[in-house]
Amino acid sequence: MRDRFVNQALTKWMEGTGKESEIVISSRVRLARNLCNIPFPNVASKAQAQAIVGQVEAAIKDAEIEETAGDLIFVNLEALEPLDRAVLVDKHLISPQHAEEASGKGLILRADEAVSVLINEEDHLRIQCLFPGLQLEEAWELASRIDDLLESKLDFAFDEKLGYLTACPTNVGTGLRASVMMHLPALVLTNQASRVLASLSQIGMTVRGLYGEGTDATGNLFQISNQVTLGRSEEEIIANLVVVATQLIDHERMARQVLLKETNPQLEDRVCRAYGALTSARIINSQEAMTLLSNVRLGIDLGIIQGVSPRVLNEMLVLTRPAFLQKLAGRELSPFERDVQRASLIRERFSLDG
Amino acid sequence: MYCDECKKRPATVHVTKIINGQKSEVNLCEECARAHHKEWSMAYDDNFPINKFLAGLLGFDAGKATGSVSLNLHAPGKCEHCGANYNQISQSGRLGCHQCYDRFQDKVEPLLRRVQGSNRHTGKVPKRSGGSIRLQREIQSLRAKLQQHVNNEEFEQAARLRDQIRELEKGMAE
Ligand SMILES: [Zn+2]
Ligand SMILES: [Zn+2]
Repeated sequence: MRDRFVNQALTKWMEGTGKESEIVISSRVRLARNLCNIPFPNVASKAQAQAIVGQVEAAIKDAEIEETAGDLIFVNLEALEPLDRAVLVDKHLISPQHAEEASGKGLILRADEAVSVLINEEDHLRIQCLFPGLQLEEAWELASRIDDLLESKLDFAFDEKLGYLTACPTNVGTGLRASVMMHLPALVLTNQASRVLASLSQIGMTVRGLYGEGTDATGNLFQISNQVTLGRSEEEIIANLVVVATQLIDHERMARQVLLKETNPQLEDRVCRAYGALTSARIINSQEAMTLLSNVRLGIDLGIIQGVSPRVLNEMLVLTRPAFLQKLAGRELSPFERDVQRASLIRERFSLDG
Repeated sequence: MYCDECKKRPATVHVTKIINGQKSEVNLCEECARAHHKEWSMAYDDNFPINKFLAGLLGFDAGKATGSVSLNLHAPGKCEHCGANYNQISQSGRLGCHQCYDRFQDKVEPLLRRVQGSNRHTGKVPKRSGGSIRLQREIQSLRAKLQQHVNNEEFEQAARLRDQIRELEKGMAE
């Protein structure tokens, strides 16, 4: 059962379903929670950390939780190989920090991978729900339900004035970080992305490029999340983010229409060259693959390329990551070997559709 | 004291800036402090060291570094519950346990106002451990009403409320 999470590449959020899925890749909600009377993970002793893992494992074994939340599997991260932990990072199920130092750390996963609970990351508990498309309300509802179920068995650190107490003051209050991963190629192509996205930070939103170095978004993917966790209710935070995402979707759609009307030959050229490169390349690095995949996905969305599943971008986002390539090869690969393996995997994937 | 920025509202956030060893005091109202925060938050990105940023805000000996910002408050000792001392917290940007919020309140409160723009939770309350908080809130509002009745010399109503409060307080003790 445990191995499935590592070996099976596809996960629910890659399905390319859900509302607005041609622009919103995934929606994620994370709740930070801590137990009372035990120091936070950065200060807790090894024995205290293990005690927390034990308490949470016992709590989820409760029948009521399984009934409501579905099949939950407990994974002790210490028992996983480093490469397997890296695969879970690539699938967005755990954070890089959580994978790095596995001692005294645990993970709870729902069979469909829509729910993961990280034990002893920065906080004792981080409840994560990850859905395809724009489904923030749904993700929040599920996360809140799992929160209620865990809270019925565990004493959470809560303060009347400050709300849920967290290791970092940037999470205190609701402990809620909601985010949407958006594919915005037309905003980038029409040079509107930086202006539009910079304005988001003025209304309390944070924008990050996905897998990018610094702020450079690779593959025109952007993750937008709430910055403030205190002084607003969970519903307000979620509603604000939905409004922002909806506006970005509208902007992106308008930009796509402009591109279609005004620069058709150039756009077609860009898209078809990207398709040609992906189906022919023998060596391809991660950055180039992401850029080309983004162009192909735009071509699919605009009807320029037919017969290729729109899922191809979502899937390749994970499949062509270093950890996955090495998992598939069954051994450690040099960067050059990875580039060869990546090119061959992409060709194979495209030949399935073509 | 009025805000240095707008000179209209009272200053509630006091910041000591140390740039190239030169110390200067800035006193801001909440609103202007928030505007400052927005300026800084523009710099947030994937690689932005949020911990170092927070540590800079919390740190009382951050003066050693040039161009750093620290809150001008006295240096407290350590948390009795988790043993974390203020030095550790200001270096890691992380508190040690839930009681650190109480212990280092005078440091954390201004930080929250600046980073979060607020210092009062208005969201979800946990069902079980939040139960007493709900009761407390109810008792508080009944006490206020009771005082009102006493002031108006409406002793009959006041007595009824007093019994109601006693009943609730019994529930809290259980
Ligand atoms: Zn002011
Ligand atoms: Zn403490």
